Amino acid sequence: MKPKTLFEKVWEQHEVVPETADAPAVLYIDLHLIHEVTTPQAFAQLRAQGLRVRRPDRTLATLDHSTPTDPAEVFGRVPIKVESAARQVREMEKNCREFGIDLFGLGSEQRGIVHVIGPELGATQPGKTIVCGDSHTATHGAFGALAFGIGTTEVGHVLATQCLLQRRPKTLAIEVSGRLRDAVTAKDLILAIIGRIGVSGGTSHVIEYRGSAIEALSMDERMTVCNMSIEGGARAGMIAPDATTFAYLEGRPFAPRGDAWERALERWRSLRSDDGARYDRVVEIDASRLEPMITYGTNPGMVVPITAPVPDHPSDAVHAKSLAYMGLKGGEQLLGKPVQVVFVGSCTNARLSDLEQAASVLRGRKVANGVRMLVVPGSQQVKREAEARGLAQVFTDAGAEWRESGCSMCIGMNGDIVAKGQYAVSTSNRNFEGRQGPGARTLLASPLTAAAAAVAGRVSDPREFIG
Amino acid sequence: MQPISTFNSRTVVLPYTNIDTDQIIPARFLTTTTKEGLGKQAFADWRYDASGAPKPDFVLNRPEAAGCSILVAGRNFGCGSSREHAPWALLDCGFRAVVSTEIADIFRSNSLKNGLLPIVVDEQTHAWLLAHPGAALTVDLQASTLTLPDGTAVEFPIEAFARYCLLNGIDELGFLLQQAEAIARYEQTHA
Repeated sequence: MKPKTLFEKVWEQHEVVPETADAPAVLYIDLHLIHEVTTPQAFAQLRAQGLRVRRPDRTLATLDHSTPTDPAEVFGRVPIKVESAARQVREMEKNCREFGIDLFGLGSEQRGIVHVIGPELGATQPGKTIVCGDSHTATHGAFGALAFGIGTTEVGHVLATQCLLQRRPKTLAIEVSGRLRDAVTAKDLILAIIGRIGVSGGTSHVIEYRGSAIEALSMDERMTVCNMSIEGGARAGMIAPDATTFAYLEGRPFAPRGDAWERALERWRSLRSDDGARYDRVVEIDASRLEPMITYGTNPGMVVPITAPVPDHPSDAVHAKSLAYMGLKGGEQLLGKPVQVVFVGSCTNARLSDLEQAASVLRGRKVANGVRMLVVPGSQQVKREAEARGLAQVFTDAGAEWRESGCSMCIGMNGDIVAKGQYAVSTSNRNFEGRQGPGARTLLASPLTAAAAAVAGRVSDPREFIG
Repeated sequence: MQPISTFNSRTVVLPYTNIDTDQIIPARFLTTTTKEGLGKQAFADWRYDASGAPKPDFVLNRPEAAGCSILVAGRNFGCGSSREHAPWALLDCGFRAVVSTEIADIFRSNSLKNGLLPIVVDEQTHAWLLAHPGAALTVDLQASTLTLPDGTAVEFPIEAFARYCLLNGIDELGFLLQQAEAIARYEQTHA
């Protein structure tokens, strides 16, 4: 039998109808994650056509993108300040009620960023197909699921039929050998990968991250890596499930139990790329050589080791436009650059271990004068755990703001924004112009680097703050 | 959806690479619950100053952009967020095709579902188009060609099923709904 990649195995197990020259495959979707921003028009379409949701039991709904993180707004003590966001929340509540979908609403203890709660609840499992109207759905690939972002029309397709029409993508193996050094995190690894392949290097491919450095990562770290696959152009990124994956899932609310757990394990253990399986492309990276990374431009591929100067490409007009937006010059050092905002949060870096990293730098220290630091847990569960372990206390003692869960300052549509011209060191995933607010200047980095910047009030090497 | 076959238009050129969907439609406009009316917010942060007044030198604000339905952009157009609001906004601005050497996956898929043609051309054609804003082109979906002012017809790739749906004004959801039996069978055997 022809050796198969992990992707091929999961894809072929979900073909309701295989693709032909004339038509794409009909691909079955095991889990559909939905949120308030990319679904209203899909529900409207269902209503207009008199359709119902085929599998409400395979649909997991939450509120995260446009929802506030201020506790008073979240728990209804004061109205949601962004009026259109309040309308969107009400619309989501109405749609879920009408179509029989359970919603982790504003007061729910299970609510959180869609890509944090899926894994946390154990709904994300190896070998599943998982989609969401959000490009960071690739996060779930950390479990060996085939997970990718879709548009609102496709959200409607999945709601109505539990299927999507898809052409089979190509495969890209990213082989990461060696081991990350101290203070070099999964975030630095994925930023380095994007810097290497470029922001469109993975277009039309599914990435499989492999190799000793990947196997050594925790699930939180694997999620950080897979999360940013789309920033390298790939709709999906996957990692073969192993003992780390199974240990994470066991006992979670939606994970199988008893005999079903044993049967699942047997199935999941087969979800590895066979020896000799062929990828359309292979990229090799040595993790041992990587340093903490930071972005300097207006896409995540514009990234350098934190000790390096901003690259200088005088004849490149697009590069110049980007640097002009960022208020930076080619050849300038980023280290020492004053920052006004630090954001620890987002579906990339708002899990418990991310918060632990940030707290490890902040413990016994203060956020520098003139810096606003916002720490936003990825879910209400992460929030509770961080509070129970004293991390929240570390943040508030240091002078940081501690919020309810949500996308917050990653996306600038919920009231949490960076002001025009300000520099923000952010653990989020996009440094696009205006992403964190009109005129905001984003420097993407790890939670360690973000916390170091908060303490110093400047871009700083996290290695000076740990150990 | 209206069937698409052939149309003519002059081009508008945005020569930047990696134009992401946050530029096409900033996130703060995504709190809408409808598809309509997003055109006025397309490229909002490039198009308007802080007071909301149009910036006169931005290409979409210039008189020659009026009536143009073909947008020529730098490589990797539409990267980033999966927001379908991006093609909705471009369509509402009057665009019917986007031309580049590379178009991001999710944006391309979203565009095809709404009748905005993602047209990928070779480097040479692209370089010519970037250097000639306002060029009068013909798009022929049946032939899958983009015809340049000198009569050269450049073929572009387009997924066969999407092309069939666009040519005939067919909604892909209708096709999927017809698969109900196969889907039910799959669910029975993969419980």
